Amino acid sequence: MTIEPGRSAATDAGPNEAELERRLTQTWSSQRGFWGAVASVDHKVIARRYIVTALVFLALGGLLALAMRIQLARPEARFIDADRYNQIFTMHGSNMMFLFAVPVMEAMAVYLVPLMVGTRNIAFPRLNAFSYWIFLAGGLLLWISFALDTAPDVGWFAYAPLSGPEYGAGKRADIWAQMITFTELSALAIAVEIVVTVLKQRAPGMSLDRIPLLVWSMLVMASLVIMAMPAIMFASSTLIMDRLVGTQFYNPAEGGDALLWQHLFWFFGHPEVYIIFLPAVGMVSTILPTFVRRPIFGYLPLVMALIATGVLAFGLWVHHMFVVGLPRLGESFFTASSMAIAIPAGIQIFCWLATLWAGRPVFKVPLLFLIGFIVTFVIGGLTGVMVASVPFDSQVHDTYFVVAHFHYVLIGGAVFPLIAAIYYWFPKMTGRMMSERLGRWAFWLIFIGFHVTFFPMHILGLQGMPRRIYTYQPDLPWGTLNLFVSLSSVVLSLGFLIFFIDIIRSWSSGRPAGENPWNASTLEWATGSPPPPYNFRAIPVVDTRDPLWSQPDELPVTSGLRSDRRELLISSVVEALPEARESSPQDSVWPFWAAIATSIMLIWSIFSPWAIVWGSVPIAVTLIGWFWPKGAAEDES
Amino acid sequence: MKAARAALPISMLLSGCGGIQSALDPQGHSAILLRDLILVIVAICSLVWLAVMIVLVWALLRRRDREPGDGQGSDRGMRIWVSGAVAATVLIISGLTIGSFYTTRGLNGAKNPDVTIRVRAQQWWWQFIYEDTDPARNFQTANELHIPVGKEVRVRLESVDVIHSFWVPSLAGKLDLIPGRENVLTFRAERSGVYRGQCAEFCGLQHSHMAFFIIAESEESYRQWAGAQRQSGAEPVEAETSAGKAVFAARQCAACHTIRGTAAAGTTGPDLTHIGSRRTIAAGLLENTRGSLAAWIADPQTLKPGNNMPIVPLSSDELRQLSAYMESLK
Amino acid sequence: MKERMILDVSRLPLHATGTASPTWWGTCAFMLIEGSGFGLVIAIYLYLMSLAPHWPIDAPPADLWAGTSLTAMLLASVVPNIWVSRWAQQRNLKKVRLGLVLMSFCGMAPLVFRAFEFPALHVRWDDSAYGSITWTILGLHTVHILTDLVDTLVLACLMFSRHGDNARRYGDVEDNALYWHFVVITWLPLYACIYWVPRL
Ligand code: HEA
Ligand code: HEA
Ligand code: HEC
Ligand code: CUA
Ligand SMILES: [Cu+2]
Repeated sequence: MTIEPGRSAATDAGPNEAELERRLTQTWSSQRGFWGAVASVDHKVIARRYIVTALVFLALGGLLALAMRIQLARPEARFIDADRYNQIFTMHGSNMMFLFAVPVMEAMAVYLVPLMVGTRNIAFPRLNAFSYWIFLAGGLLLWISFALDTAPDVGWFAYAPLSGPEYGAGKRADIWAQMITFTELSALAIAVEIVVTVLKQRAPGMSLDRIPLLVWSMLVMASLVIMAMPAIMFASSTLIMDRLVGTQFYNPAEGGDALLWQHLFWFFGHPEVYIIFLPAVGMVSTILPTFVRRPIFGYLPLVMALIATGVLAFGLWVHHMFVVGLPRLGESFFTASSMAIAIPAGIQIFCWLATLWAGRPVFKVPLLFLIGFIVTFVIGGLTGVMVASVPFDSQVHDTYFVVAHFHYVLIGGAVFPLIAAIYYWFPKMTGRMMSERLGRWAFWLIFIGFHVTFFPMHILGLQGMPRRIYTYQPDLPWGTLNLFVSLSSVVLSLGFLIFFIDIIRSWSSGRPAGENPWNASTLEWATGSPPPPYNFRAIPVVDTRDPLWSQPDELPVTSGLRSDRRELLISSVVEALPEARESSPQDSVWPFWAAIATSIMLIWSIFSPWAIVWGSVPIAVTLIGWFWPKGAAEDES
Repeated sequence: MKAARAALPISMLLSGCGGIQSALDPQGHSAILLRDLILVIVAICSLVWLAVMIVLVWALLRRRDREPGDGQGSDRGMRIWVSGAVAATVLIISGLTIGSFYTTRGLNGAKNPDVTIRVRAQQWWWQFIYEDTDPARNFQTANELHIPVGKEVRVRLESVDVIHSFWVPSLAGKLDLIPGRENVLTFRAERSGVYRGQCAEFCGLQHSHMAFFIIAESEESYRQWAGAQRQSGAEPVEAETSAGKAVFAARQCAACHTIRGTAAAGTTGPDLTHIGSRRTIAAGLLENTRGSLAAWIADPQTLKPGNNMPIVPLSSDELRQLSAYMESLK
Repeated sequence: MKERMILDVSRLPLHATGTASPTWWGTCAFMLIEGSGFGLVIAIYLYLMSLAPHWPIDAPPADLWAGTSLTAMLLASVVPNIWVSRWAQQRNLKKVRLGLVLMSFCGMAPLVFRAFEFPALHVRWDDSAYGSITWTILGLHTVHILTDLVDTLVLACLMFSRHGDNARRYGDVEDNALYWHFVVITWLPLYACIYWVPRL
C-alpha cells in the first residue's frame, strides 16, 4: 500500500482557483468531436442524452395515444384497423413503461445522484455509457419494427399463450421480449451504479440520516430493480426459448403453465410501477421544501415509507391476477397487502401536507405541478385501493376503470413530479431558466386536460367497457363519453406540446440561471450551472441535511484530491467518513462497441439459438478491450 | 311471440338506464352485492379525498402570521395530526379489507346448481354446452345462453386456445378462462331480461368482437327453449331452404359446423343446429336477419377481419338459399 | 460560493481495498442480481413440480454420477480459491500467478462433467416443462462457470503482463475469487433440486 507523499503540486490545495479549475477541466472533460462524444463517460452528458431520448419516446408514445383516441372517438370508426390498433396499444404501453417512464427516472438519478452526494462522477461510468447505448438499441428495435408493421401486438404484458409459439405468429412477440431484455439490461446496469455511488461515494459527513430524500428514493428504486428485474429477464428469455427452440414453459399440454407467465411478469411488473413512482416521490420530497422555504417535515418517516413501499412491493403481484381463479384465501392475503401500501403512501402525503402547512408557499411552476400531483395522485391511489378489493376488481379488472387508475398514478403520480423536476433542475442542467409564463400555461392545460381525459374513463369502465378493444358497436352506451375523452385528450396534448416547446426554447435562449436560482438547500446547487465536468472544484463536507441553508454563504470543503488524474473520494457506508481516494475511469469507446456487439447478439438470437454462441465472441472481445488497463494515470496506484 | 322478438332491434334491447352491460345496473344476485360494495367503497374513498383536499387548500391559503418553522410547538402539533391521520388510514383500510372479504363470501351461494353449462371460449366466439345428468340430453349452442330466472347457474369455464374472460357485468363479476385449467363461476339472475357479456381478456385480433348474450327468462320459457334446442335441426320444407341444405353439405361448411340431424358434424365453428333462433351472429357482431346471415356467409373476413371462418366462394343463388336455410333453423 | 477547507484528504490511500472498494460492492450487487435469478429458477422448478401429477414428467430421475462428481470438484476448488484470495491480499505476485493458473483449471474441469450432466437428465429440453426447467438451470449455471473462467483467464494473462503488480489488480483477483465462491455456493441448491428433489 502506498501513501501519497503529502501535498504534491498535483493536489488541489496547491494552485489558485483558476489554475485548479483549468487542470480539473483538462483532466475530466471529454474530447471534442463525434468520437469524443461517443466515448464520454461523464454522468451528466450521458444522463442528458438519456433524458432527451426518453422525452422523445414520451412524445412518440403520446402520439400513439392520440391515434388510439381518434379511433375510439366514434363507434365502429375505421381510422385504424384491428391489427394496427393492437400494435399501437402494445407499443404505447411498452414504450411508455420501458422506454419512457423507467429510463427517464433512472436518467434523473444518473444526473442528480452524483451531484447531490457531492462526488465527481458516478460509480462504474463506463457501464453507464454502455447502458445508454443498450437502451437506445432497444428503443430503436421496437420503433423500427413498428415502422415495418411487425411491432408486437400482444399487450404490454404479453400474456402467454397468446404470445407463445402457437398463437403469436411472426417475430412480433420476440421483438417485444427482446426489447424487454435490452431495457432491463440497461436498468440493471444503472441500478448497480446508483447503489454503489450512494453507498460509497458520498461527501464526507453525509451520514445515512443526512442523505437527500431524492437520493434515498433512488437507492430504494435501484434495489427494487436489482431484485425484480431477474424475473422479467427470465420471463422474456424463456418466452423466446419457447418460441425458438420449443421449450415448454408456458404450454399446459406438456406440463407448463399459462399462469406461470403471469406470476413471473407481475412479480416484476408490480415493483416496476414503484420503480417509476418512488423516484417521483423523492423528487416531491426534495423540491417541496425549496418552495415552502422550510425543511421537509418528517424526514425519518419519509425514509421509512420509501423502504416500506419497496419491501411491500414484492408482496402484491397477485393483485393483477384477481380474476384468474386463485384460491380464495390467497386472494384475501393479497387484498390486505395491497391495501397496506396505503399506509406508507398516506404517511408521505400527510408529511407533505404538514410541510406545506408549516411553510410559506411560493407559487412557482414546480410547486404548481406538485400541488397538481397531490390532487391527482390521491385519486389514483384511492382507485388503487378500490381495485385492491377482490370483489370490486372482479367488476372492473381489464376495463377502462383500470386504465383510468393507472394513468392517474402514472401521469398524476409520476409524470407531474417529473415535469416539476424538469422545471426545477433545468437551470442546473442547462444554465438557463424555463419560462414561468409558458410553464403556467402548460400546467393548467395539462392539469385540466388530464382530468377531463381520464376521469370519465372510470365511468366507462363501470359501464362495462373493456380495455384493448379497437372499436365498439353504436348500440353500446359508450359513444358520447368516448368522444368527450378523445376531445379532451387534445387539450392534454396541447399542454405537453407547450411544455416541449418551452424546453426547446429555453435551452437556447432562456434567462441565465446562476448557481442557485431557487435558493435550494442541497449540494447540486453549490456548483456552477451547468456543472463543470468535474462537478465540484473541491468536494464539500456536510454536517446537516440542508447544507446550503445551514451555511448560506460558505461551503466547507475538503482539499487534497489530485487534479492530474480522475480521482474520487471513497467514504464509509454509514457515517460517510473518508476512506480512500479512488481513480475514476477515462473516456472509452469500448462500451459503445460492447453495446453494439451485445445488440447484434440479442437481435440475432431472435432468429437462431446459435447467436448466443457465436455472438458471445465479439462481446468477449469488446469487454476485454473495455477492462484491459491502458497504463494511464488512473490505473496506477 | 317469435315475430315480435325478431322485430326487436338490438339497440332497443340495449337501451335502459345503465345499459345491459353495466356494473352499475345489476340484475343478478352477485352483481347487486358487488354494486353495493362498489358504492360504499367509492363513497368512503371520496370522503378521504375530500378531507385531503380540504387540508391541502387550507394549508396553501391560510394566513401566516408567524415565521415558518418557528420552533418545536407547531412541529409537535403536526406530529399528532399526522399520526392521527395514519391511524385513521389503518382503520379505514382494515374496514375495506374486511368488507371485501365478506362480500366475496356472500357471492357464491348454493352448492347444487340448477343448471350447469360448460363454456369453451375460443378465438373469437363462445361455445356453450348444456350438461344434463343424462349425457344424451346434452346440447350445445353458441354466443347465446338462456337461463331460468332466480335459479343458480354454474358455468364451467375452459379455453380452447388462449386466455379469455367471461364477464356479464349486470349479473356477476368476471372470471378468466385459461387453457389447461378449469374455473367455475356461479350466478343467479334476479330479473328476466337480456344481458350482454363480453370477453374481457385481450385474446388477439378480434378480442373486440367476442360478445355474447344471456337471456334470463321464466323457468317455463327456459324449459321450452331447452326442449327445442335438444331437437335436431329443422327439416327444410320449402324448395329454397332444401336447396340451401344441399349447398351446406356440398360446400366446406359442413367441415367446420355441426347441424344435428344432418351429416354436418364439423367442430371448429359454432354449432348451427338452431342458428335461426339466435338473436345475433358472429359473437354479437350482427343482428340475426336473413340479410346479415347472407352478408356474413358471403364475406366474413370483411365483417370481422381475421376471424377463423374463411370466405367460401358461392354463387348468388347459393348464397340466397344458404341464408334462407340458416334462417329456417329455428 | 466561498469555500472553506476543513478537511485534508491527501493522506488517504490511493486505492480502496476489500469491503471499502466500490468494485467489491459492485461485485456484490451483481451477485445479488444473479442470486435473485437462481432463487427464481428454484421457485419455478418447485412451482412446476407442484402442478405436475408426476415428477419428473415422463422421465426417470437424473443419473447421479456426473452431477455429483461436478459438485465434489466445485467444493474442492474452494480451497485453492481461498489461497488465491489470501495471496492476493498479501500482494504476492508469484503465488497469485500460480493460483490463477490453478483456478483456470478448476474452472475448466467441471465443464467436462457438465457436458455429461445434460444427457444424464434423460430428457430433452423440448420434451416437457420438466426438461425445459432442468436444462435451463444447468445452462444458466454453466454460463456462470464460463463467465468466471474467462475472467480468470484474462486476469491470469494480466498478472503475467507488466500491468500485474498493482494494487488494483490484486483487488480484481480478490473479487474474482469472491465470485467463484458465489458460483460454487449457488450450485448446491440447484444440485439438490435437479438430483435429489425428484428422489424424495
Ligand atoms: C406509478 C404507478 C402506480 C402506482 C403508484 C400504483 C399504486 C397502487 N396501485 Fe396500481 N397499477 C399501476 C400503476 C401504479 N399503481 C399500473 C400501471 C397498473 C395496470 C397494469 C395493467 O394492467 O396494464 C396498476 C394496476 C393495479 C391493480 C390491478 C388492477 C387490475 O388489473 O384489475 C391494483 C389492484 O390491487 C392496483 C393497486 C394499487 C394500489 C393499492 C396502489 C397504492 O400504492 C396506492 C396508495 C396510495 C393511496 C391510497 C393514496 C394516498 C393515501 C392517503 C391519502 C391515505 C388515506 C387512504 C386511505 C384511507 C385508503 N393497481
Ligand atoms: C407513463 C405511462 C403512460 C403515459 C404518459 C400515457 C399517456 C396517455 N395514454 Fe396511456 N397507457 C399506458 C401508459 C401511459 N399512457 C399503459 C401502460 C397502457 C396499457 C397498454 C396495454 O394495454 O398494453 C396505456 C393504455 C392507454 C389506453 C387504453 C388502450 C386500450 O386499452 O385499448 C388509452 C386510451 O385512451 C391511453 C391513452 C393515453 C393518453 C390519451 C395519454 C396522454 O397522456 C398522452 C398525452 C400526449 C402526449 C404526451 C403527446 C404530446 C406530444 C405532442 C403533441 C407532439 C410533440 C411533438 C414533438 C415535440 C416532436 N393509454
Ligand atoms: C374453416 C372453418 C369454417 C368454414 C369452412 C365455415 N365456417 Fe362458419 N364459422 C366458423 C367459425 C370459426 C365461426 C365463428 C366466427 C366468429 O364469430 O369469430 C363461424 C361462424 C358462422 C356463423 C355464425 C354462427 C353464430 O352462432 O354466430 C354462421 C351462420 C356460419 N359460420 C355459417 C357458415 C356457412 C354457411 C359456411 C359455408 C358456406 C361456413 N360457415 C363455413 C368456421 C367455419
Ligand atoms: Cu376472448 Cu378477449
Ligand atoms: Cu400492482
